[in-house]
Amino acid sequence: MEILNVENISIKYITGDLKSIGLKEYVLRKIKGNYIENEFYANKNITFSLNQGDMLGIIGTNGAGKSTLLKAISGIMLPCTGKIIRRGKIAAFLELASGFDGDLTVRENTYLRGALLGYTRFFMDQMYSNIISFSELEAFEDRPFKHLSSGMKSRLAFSIASMIQPDILILDEVLSVGDGAFRIKSEAKMKEIINSGTTTIFVSHSLQQIRTLCNKILWLDKGKQITFGSNVKEICDNYQQFLIKKK
Amino acid sequence: MHISIKEYQFLFEELVKRDFKKKYKRTILGMLWSILSPLMILVILTLIFSNFFSHNTEHYIIYLFTGQIIFNYYVESTMEGMNALSSNAHIFSKINIPKYLFLLSKNISSFINFILILIIYFLFVFIDGISFTWIFILLFYPIICLILMNIGIGLILSALFIFFKDIEYLYRLFTQIVMYGSAIFYNIDFLPSNIQYFFLLNPIYVCIKYIRTIIIQNTIPDIMIHLLLLLYSVILLILGIFIYKKYNYKFIYYI
Repeated sequence: MEILNVENISIKYITGDLKSIGLKEYVLRKIKGNYIENEFYANKNITFSLNQGDMLGIIGTNGAGKSTLLKAISGIMLPCTGKIIRRGKIAAFLELASGFDGDLTVRENTYLRGALLGYTRFFMDQMYSNIISFSELEAFEDRPFKHLSSGMKSRLAFSIASMIQPDILILDEVLSVGDGAFRIKSEAKMKEIINSGTTTIFVSHSLQQIRTLCNKILWLDKGKQITFGSNVKEICDNYQQFLIKKK
Repeated sequence: MHISIKEYQFLFEELVKRDFKKKYKRTILGMLWSILSPLMILVILTLIFSNFFSHNTEHYIIYLFTGQIIFNYYVESTMEGMNALSSNAHIFSKINIPKYLFLLSKNISSFINFILILIIYFLFVFIDGISFTWIFILLFYPIICLILMNIGIGLILSALFIFFKDIEYLYRLFTQIVMYGSAIFYNIDFLPSNIQYFFLLNPIYVCIKYIRTIIIQNTIPDIMIHLLLLLYSVILLILGIFIYKKYNYKFIYYI
């Protein structure tokens, strides 16, 4: 069954003078005519589709438009042309540890994050103890979040996000988090979700991981789609050649 | 903004809780302070202005207090609303949720604050010897209109604030103008009538006037005032929704 269909989408980005110049400065520059606003395409004419259980690897150098594409798929950004059809629930693991509130306790942050991810209160009540024990934060439940180490923060973030079985899972360089023992545990959890039939989109700079995990591959370069296909090995080899030539 | 409330109910509740906790920093004093500070300003204003104005304004303290709480609620709600989007930008640039929830949540916490002060206000009304009558029920009308205006203004400001950070200073200046144009501590009855009409251009003044008419004169304001309030709240709300809808997917470029 087709779960995700990305049809000829392009995503524009705006850069230039616009960031925090203020209204006065904006008006002044508009009058003088030296207000500069550039548009460029972070993604241009991207087309692919995924069936249930597919694991797509997205490869490309920095600035290829990988993260932007993930943001469009998860609905944070709107494509300016083309359309994206999603069937089912999306879970996106994008920069997990951001978006927590340092002043709230671990418990409060857990509920807030659960709510942000679209869980219900009933589900959170049921899952809360699982989340805390999985992230090994039993002793910190009522401590302010800012007292946690960054490792603990990402452990909590991972534990909350991995509690559901999404239809589409989006991973931006995250397969596992934390230190030694937790790294193994989180990777096992992630593999469990992936292997249970979830459609997964995985961005990685590790071709090794892509080769072993993915059955489809999308290669982007400077926003353009170089290729999309299920011949993972061949495309990876071509990409490696391309990287060597570039140097 | 028509997506089912139910779907986001849990998120909305958690956001309100968060904003409320952060606002009062979980202290009793934090909550007390938000009530005390307008009361202290009221005392000061009363001390200064009652000599000048109280002889031609009946129930001057209530007259002043009405203007003060309405204006304060408007300023607090819109100033905090202005920040609502940009202070949560780190969340909505990573997780796909309707951004207006952040604004509504801020509005709820300033509304709760307003309700607390309103209770004290009615205590003062009672102490001042004003008897409560059935027409006090009508007070719901200007308050609901004010909430809608605050949401509308909040939507406009929070969007603008993402694009232009100096809106904060310009808006602060603007609220000063609104304050002096709201007849909070003075009475405009002795001004020429054409100048009195000029005040009706200010939605906050209209709202204050409505409440004073009910509480102090114990009469129902005329239909014109009702319509004006409705007009202002509908215009501001629609403008806010329009701006939000137009720009809400562009915010991400500016943060």
